[in-house]
Amino acid sequence: VTDAPPATGPGDTSSADEGGEAPGTALGPGIEVAASLATVVERRPVVVCCGPGGVGKTTVSASLAVQAARRGRRACVVTVDPARRLADALGAETLPNTPSLVEGHWPGTLHAVMLDPKGTFDELVDRYSKTRDQARAIKANRLYQNLTGALSGTQEYMAMEKLYELTSSAEYDVVIVDTPPTRNALDLLDAPRRLTQFLENRLFRAMMMPTRISLKAINIATQAVLRTISRVAGAEIVQDAVAFFQAFEGMELGFHDRASAVRELLADPATAYVVVTSPRADAVEEASFFADRLAERGMRASALVVNRVHPRFGGTGMDVPDAPPGTALAVIASNLRELNAIAAEEEASFCGLAARVAPAAVATVPLLGTDVHDVDGLLEIAGHLFEDEPAGGPAHDVSQGAFP
Amino acid sequence: MDVGAWCKQSRVWVVAGKGGVGKTTITATFAGVAAAAGLSVLIIELEGKRGLCAAFGLEGSVGYVPTQVFPAPEPWTVGEGGHGEEAGGAPGKDGVPRARKGETPTSAAPSPGTVWARRLTPDDALLEYLADHGLHRVSKRLVSSGVLEVVATAIPGIRDVLVLGKVKQIERSGLADVVVLDAPATGHAMTFLTSASGLLDAARSGPIRSQASDVVEMLRDPARCRILPVTLPEEMPVSETVEASYELEDRVGIHLGPIVVNCFEEPLPGLDTDVDTAAKEAGIVLGDGTRASLEAARRFRLHRLELVEEQVARLHRELPLPQLRVPRLFSPAIGPDELGRLATALAGEIAALPAQAGAA
Repeated sequence: VTDAPPATGPGDTSSADEGGEAPGTALGPGIEVAASLATVVERRPVVVCCGPGGVGKTTVSASLAVQAARRGRRACVVTVDPARRLADALGAETLPNTPSLVEGHWPGTLHAVMLDPKGTFDELVDRYSKTRDQARAIKANRLYQNLTGALSGTQEYMAMEKLYELTSSAEYDVVIVDTPPTRNALDLLDAPRRLTQFLENRLFRAMMMPTRISLKAINIATQAVLRTISRVAGAEIVQDAVAFFQAFEGMELGFHDRASAVRELLADPATAYVVVTSPRADAVEEASFFADRLAERGMRASALVVNRVHPRFGGTGMDVPDAPPGTALAVIASNLRELNAIAAEEEASFCGLAARVAPAAVATVPLLGTDVHDVDGLLEIAGHLFEDEPAGGPAHDVSQGAFP
Repeated sequence: MDVGAWCKQSRVWVVAGKGGVGKTTITATFAGVAAAAGLSVLIIELEGKRGLCAAFGLEGSVGYVPTQVFPAPEPWTVGEGGHGEEAGGAPGKDGVPRARKGETPTSAAPSPGTVWARRLTPDDALLEYLADHGLHRVSKRLVSSGVLEVVATAIPGIRDVLVLGKVKQIERSGLADVVVLDAPATGHAMTFLTSASGLLDAARSGPIRSQASDVVEMLRDPARCRILPVTLPEEMPVSETVEASYELEDRVGIHLGPIVVNCFEEPLPGLDTDVDTAAKEAGIVLGDGTRASLEAARRFRLHRLELVEEQVARLHRELPLPQLRVPRLFSPAIGPDELGRLATALAGEIAALPAQAGAA
């Protein structure tokens, strides 16, 4: 398995606007005019939403999909572990792993899928196994059953696999994927490689060779290790592992090719990455880390979404009255100063990131009163993300809280 | 309630909560409270995060070898120079993590009134376990050949069990009066804490199994280990905290401490007066723009305070445990000053707990 970057690497913008987005036209090598978030959902075939956990990534992903449907596209959103009420609203909980239609008044269509990593892996096994018996043997293996839960990066990979599957189905104009809250941003980008590496583990492959060369082919130190593992963790562990790799025999190539295809899709210039964060310093730091890793691989962010931003009240230089201490007006004035101080600090924190991901488009969503549970809520978010669209009804008067 | 005695009722406190609720901040705050009460405290950090050091005014992240992060003499002025020299044998200069290589385990331990911190990643624990079992020399090969990955997958939860096993070892050693564990984010925390019970079902024999059963024993003993769930007064964090808390109690049998409500906002007396009335009372004439902005900000805040109250009440209804409310600070990052304010607030909340609340 090579880890080489795809042929269309950094700086190669010749095919960057494969999706046909006019404002994203390449001006020359390395120079690209910022595309708006609108062009991302209107033209790109694949949108990957990534960023730290707890910032509302699922909601933002679903809102982008709603917007795509409103612009007449056939959109599908893959959600990972959504809050229950949002999942209900998207109808995604009835059938995990299968797109379900979300009703709404828009010219396009919207489907939502709730990712079931284990089910996705099962589908892959079914696809690449030579016989039904082989699939059955693999699925019954204890190591296999633990794979999605225990091998780090597997959940991330299954999200990407689902994305690949939906994209290749040609049933959608755009597939938007929400990503698992990854502890390490690299898990997401490295997931395909890590899984194939695991499946191609040389040691265990040596172990399942015909007996005449079997353990003799492995060096003495490794034999000692295996014996120790058996002693420490129980012989069943080693037996399970051997049985798994035996059952898997002959499928490696299929998996390997598939993973390569997924990796290519992730590296494709037409694939848009949207970095989602909250304006909190810790979230911004994590998001910056992710943006840097993307850039290192030549897969730069197309847009930055800052969710739950405090509104700012009144323009800069507004004259806040010096009310006599102890009066209600003093409390009211200090409240405004406090809220505006938060807004200013938040802005300072995410502006650095915005500069770092330039020329990526930046969109902000104000802090809303309540969580999003339904399509109306998603429309409201979309209203903030795409400001020329009418909002679904703002929770607060943030008309004076416009951000630059 | 005596703050020191309260902190000492359990040796290990697992600070748990969803990502973004301020777990690391509360970890640092709670450690600060315990140290201010004269206890020796060790923070165990599992993910190599930077926030922890920053809270104590230090650069970088903590290393594998315990480092002093909070010296006693001048509370809450950590990092203003001279750090690291005070306590005998404090490793790590200026809080900069030291390289793993060539490190020798230090016998240095936190003295009363100090907070030390160390990193303990699953890989650290795994390599240490292998070293303890005479596999030190081959451990590198095991990692590079991918054998460890296969084994770790075959035994789900083994990494977590090894981490908790190491925590248990530290707990038993009496290295510190209080050990504060910054747990992985929920989801991960759930697997993290249930891993040992899960492993007991999977591994039928061997040292790993006995390791797991030792861990389960520690988790179930409230004199040794308790959870300090952290949440925000917001809808989703509250729902998840309620759900996760019951699940942890049921599945792990772990004792739940009070719930820490981070970023709590007290009602602001006077804010319910509308701007016009308030201006008239104060004898001030406001311009239209100012008036509108003040009113919009006032309503925004009132609405939010209402939501905070609603969520805190719901939390109390659905999870009837005492709450420790830590104020929301209107500052973008947590440094020593902020930590000092939070610790004062948390200590006050602990002191105000009914005497039997902790012992229940």
